[in-house]
Amino acid sequence: MTLMPSSLMRAAALALILSGASHAVRAADEGITVYNAQHESLTKAWADGFTKETGIRVTIRKGGDTELANQIVQEGAASPADVFVTENSPAMVLVEKAGLFETLPKDVLAQVPANFQPSSGRWVGVAARSTVFVYDTRKLKEADLPKSLLDLADAKWKGHWAASPSGADFQAIVGALLELKGEKVTAEWLKAMKANSTAYRGNSVAMKAVNAGEVDGAVIYHYYYFGDQAKTGENSSNVRLHYFRNGDPGAFLSTSGAGVLASSKHKEQAEAFVKWMAGKHGQAVLRDGDSFEYAIATGAESNPKLEPIAQLHAPKVEPSKLDSKKVSELMTAAGLL
Amino acid sequence: MTVQAQPLRTYPVLAAQPLPLRRVRQLAAKSLFGLAALVSLVTLLPLGFILWITVQTGGETASALIFRARVGELLVNTALLEALTLPPCIALAVALAWLTERSDVPGARLWSWLTVAPLAVPAFVQSYAWIGVAPGMHGLFAAVFVSVLAYLPFLYLPVAAQLRRLDPAMEDAAASLGLTPWRVFLRVVLPQLRIALCGGSLLIGLHLLAEYGLYAMIRFDTFTTAIVDQFQSSYNGPAANMLAGVLVVSCLGLLGLELLIRGDARYARVGSGAPRPASRRRLGRARWVAMLLPLALSGLALGVPAYALGRWLIAGGSGIWQASELASAFGETLLYAAGGALATTLAAIPMAWLSVRAPGRLQRVLEGCHYYVGALPGVVVALALVTITVRVALPLYQTVATVLLAYGLMFLPRALVGLRAGIAQVPVELERAAIALGRRPVGAILSVTMRLAAPGVAACMALVAMGVTTELTATLMLAPNGTRTLATEFWALTNELDYAAAAPYAALMIALSLPLTALLHAQSRRVAGQ
Repeated sequence: MTLMPSSLMRAAALALILSGASHAVRAADEGITVYNAQHESLTKAWADGFTKETGIRVTIRKGGDTELANQIVQEGAASPADVFVTENSPAMVLVEKAGLFETLPKDVLAQVPANFQPSSGRWVGVAARSTVFVYDTRKLKEADLPKSLLDLADAKWKGHWAASPSGADFQAIVGALLELKGEKVTAEWLKAMKANSTAYRGNSVAMKAVNAGEVDGAVIYHYYYFGDQAKTGENSSNVRLHYFRNGDPGAFLSTSGAGVLASSKHKEQAEAFVKWMAGKHGQAVLRDGDSFEYAIATGAESNPKLEPIAQLHAPKVEPSKLDSKKVSELMTAAGLL
Repeated sequence: MTVQAQPLRTYPVLAAQPLPLRRVRQLAAKSLFGLAALVSLVTLLPLGFILWITVQTGGETASALIFRARVGELLVNTALLEALTLPPCIALAVALAWLTERSDVPGARLWSWLTVAPLAVPAFVQSYAWIGVAPGMHGLFAAVFVSVLAYLPFLYLPVAAQLRRLDPAMEDAAASLGLTPWRVFLRVVLPQLRIALCGGSLLIGLHLLAEYGLYAMIRFDTFTTAIVDQFQSSYNGPAANMLAGVLVVSCLGLLGLELLIRGDARYARVGSGAPRPASRRRLGRARWVAMLLPLALSGLALGVPAYALGRWLIAGGSGIWQASELASAFGETLLYAAGGALATTLAAIPMAWLSVRAPGRLQRVLEGCHYYVGALPGVVVALALVTITVRVALPLYQTVATVLLAYGLMFLPRALVGLRAGIAQVPVELERAAIALGRRPVGAILSVTMRLAAPGVAACMALVAMGVTTELTATLMLAPNGTRTLATEFWALTNELDYAAAAPYAALMIALSLPLTALLHAQSRRVAGQ
């Protein structure tokens, strides 16, 4: 490149150095990289608390559950991620099946009850969320409410309910349905859903639509309601939550997981972060913060405003049995994706 | 501006005879052809990727993913969006251009500005504003409505510039042959606007195909939103890639359609002298009524976003101005914009020089490559680069370089157009004189031609920078860990329904884009010789 006059070379070099600089700064001051699919405010609260206690820096990459899981699988051994945190289990299972998680130390696993972690010990639950039917109290009376999630396939619900099918949140619920009722029932239910439901992008958007009277009800998770009530209540003033209970697929309790990547170059710090999240201080963030997700560690308390976990009568679903790939195929076949 | 003559290089006596000048010039063209060919190869990456993935997926799976009801739905949605958005855009652009350029509507200059100003409001901020005002807005008609407001300037700019350049003598001749003013307009003026209408419509048509944020926010599904949905469920799986294939075919179809409709008629005037400026038509009392059109449009396209943003900013109070986070997002956006503008412009120089100095068949093929890639939606470019870097070129994965490459591919045509115009105004003799005085060919081009073309270069850099500032999909998919630009932060916050906290980011994006928009407007007037 001797052909380039020096002034232009200098300008080009400067610009490239500048745009590389921010990157270099991040790389130089190591710490751990978290691929985060959880709500950013929650993971940020966790990361800040952890950094304050240990001095270990946390860099967060955000994305969707299955998006990041598939990304980690693609990246394989070269993944820059040290820790993977999700909102639901299916994405954790995807990475676990690819054999990319390191088995967690016993003391990390011991903090959480067995039903919130896979038997393999490759990852651990750090929070949970309950499926609910949020409905417009001006349009639906208690007697009109669906007894089961499966009832929403009835023709009488056509045009009356909503969900966010493109999100991993809803796909986890479909995963539970698949695990509890089998492929045939699930495929039919999804076909009915395509005909009956309105698709929104995001649970909060769906709840907002119910609140605005656009649609009678929506299948979402519980904490959106409490979060909005704690803020201004402007998106939840006309709605109430309906819990399906009775071990119905619609009472599914979805486990948010965290795991350490086998390819991580900072395993000790990564394990320390997972341990911290599932430990006393991390769980206290769930109790006192504005996430309103359930705390699940042994002895940890959730926010008192929430319906106690014991009264949800959630169906028994082994988190590691949730098959996101199959769910995505079934939903694509039903035309929801 | 004068060019500093370089002192003559003194060659050592023993040096070989310098090459004859003609040979040196050929050498320049050759090396630039080499560089342009290299850039063209890179531009073929996304297309090659789609083909390769289709082959890899296998015919059966591919056709199952392409020929399904959902794709039909999306195809109908996208076709309807195009068919319903373009005609009102064309009608409004022509009406507004005529009012601001050819009539005595009060404040024509101001209206001309205000009609272009919505360019500074990113499309997804436009829909965010409308959602704020009318929360229930969704579906096809909402999509058409917001698209018209967001993209009208793309048609207004070329149509107004063309209208300003027309020789009124033609219209006089038609009038003297007994045509009424209205018929003169239809039969003489409108046909002469064909190129501007085609070019502007193509630009809008491609934007409608590529835009994600606008349609995601008002719940209207297009191929691009469906690809992003698939990406979020399965990263770069076959379903997303097959949708991308259909989208690419649609884009290329639009390009072909525009070529067909544009035709190759001659539009330049013949004869000696220069055209006189056209006279403005007196509208009498009606001019106050006519003023309502630009007034209403700027009210909708500028007033509503201003009102919505203002409302969120006030509702959010001082708490939403998280100084450190805003500043870092702002800084990162600026760096990406500067880096992207520089990289794109550098990549476009060889091609721009060749189109002016060495036109020919090979040059046209290479130029085609440069232009087609700008028609590809960011989501397709990003999908290709994600897969290529993660599977083949891992050291480039999640690096700034890859993001800049994506920007380069997306905004290459913008850079090319400006550069070409700039280089065309530099006399070739100066370049040759520099070579004769011992400059190396490429060095002469950079130090003489590019320096003289600087204003044009600056304008096209500004255009690229503006594109980068508001780019969303490719940035989301490719950015290094921890990257936060104004656009991605705005998007993350609106997804959490935190509209108030998102407002400052929107305001900053608009503030960054406004001066660039002003520059663009001024330039379009200057080109037309005013």
